[in-house]
Amino acid sequence: MNTIATARSAPMLLDSFIELPARERARALLDAGTFRELLGPFDKIESPWLPLQGVVCQADDGCVIARGTIDGEPAVVAAIESAFQGGSIGEVSGSKIAAALTMALRDCERGKIVRPVVLFETGGVRLQEANLGLAVIAEIQAAIVALRRHVPVVGVIAGMVGCFGGMSLAAALCSYLVVTKQGRLGMNGPEVIEQEAGIEELDSSDRRRVWQLIGGEQRAATALADQLVDDATDAVRSAVHAAFKLGLPAAHRSEQVDMFLERLARIDPASVTPETMRDVYNPSSAQHNARKEQA
Amino acid sequence: MEHLTFDYPAQRAVTTRAHVGVVGSGDLEVLLSPAETGGALSAHVVVRTSVDGYSHIWKSVLDRFFSRYDGAAQIEINDFGATPGVVALRLAEAIEAAEQGDGA
Repeated sequence: MNTIATARSAPMLLDSFIELPARERARALLDAGTFRELLGPFDKIESPWLPLQGVVCQADDGCVIARGTIDGEPAVVAAIESAFQGGSIGEVSGSKIAAALTMALRDCERGKIVRPVVLFETGGVRLQEANLGLAVIAEIQAAIVALRRHVPVVGVIAGMVGCFGGMSLAAALCSYLVVTKQGRLGMNGPEVIEQEAGIEELDSSDRRRVWQLIGGEQRAATALADQLVDDATDAVRSAVHAAFKLGLPAAHRSEQVDMFLERLARIDPASVTPETMRDVYNPSSAQHNARKEQA
Repeated sequence: MEHLTFDYPAQRAVTTRAHVGVVGSGDLEVLLSPAETGGALSAHVVVRTSVDGYSHIWKSVLDRFFSRYDGAAQIEINDFGATPGVVALRLAEAIEAAEQGDGA
């Protein structure tokens, strides 16, 4: 593989991050050679609920937990495999993430900082596991909030599934959120909105519209995500490393309740557009755009 | 969901393990590890598949695979509707990964 890489002449193809399975995504973010998996496929901690409903299990329940280092500092990466059951969070996969974050928290409390990264690629709770999935999502959220007192918690939404449901709230609790243009972040997915509110509300087959509303570019432009990167492994890795260099933010998004309520109050549901969302949620970029127009 | 098991004779012990694939649409996961020793060398295959009624196709694919592979491996397959071609490729990939010794 190395010989091919060195012999290849320009133009170089970008090394896609989206196309990597969860295990390789985790490996790609950690320093070379430091990847060490916890509760891997051979430990066979599978969902006890799927076989009862005639669904084939995956040996790691679609969740990879890896320890290693990021820029030489101890780190833990939780990566969700989107190809298995849409990255849905079951009792086991969710517990693996919650436990990994709780172990990192314990280390941080003892003064040993562990850098936590969560790769969100999930439709939210696994409906076959219902309340058990919801309960562990609450544990994941609690662990993120506890951890971010010690160390930034970095979330990545690369695509193409995106991040929805209870896990979108977990993503929103992260200190920094790295997204690609292909990634999506929202509470209800477009299909659910269409099914529940009707096609007049949203045509889920209108991909352009869907990405204008909840795509990574829009989420970054409305300051609900922090860093927009290309779908390239190097770009995602650099953004995650850079986020840890920034240290803890002055205030996490979820601590700025009054500011977000004030912004929400300025949104008129009858006339809201992706552009007005940007003006309200990211005033600094709106001023910047206005200056550009004047110039 | 269907649960199938197959046994094949083997000539040599397997010392490493490998994990390849994902239980995603049209794909499968293969876990290859050394078979339990005790008595004659043999290989064991356990298939869990989401598609019922294709045990004869599984047998054909595995018969062909074991006509060339002689390792005493325990092979566990979690299948989500892979075609026979994909199954054969994933099995070949699992052997390659195990023989490079980089299976985690």
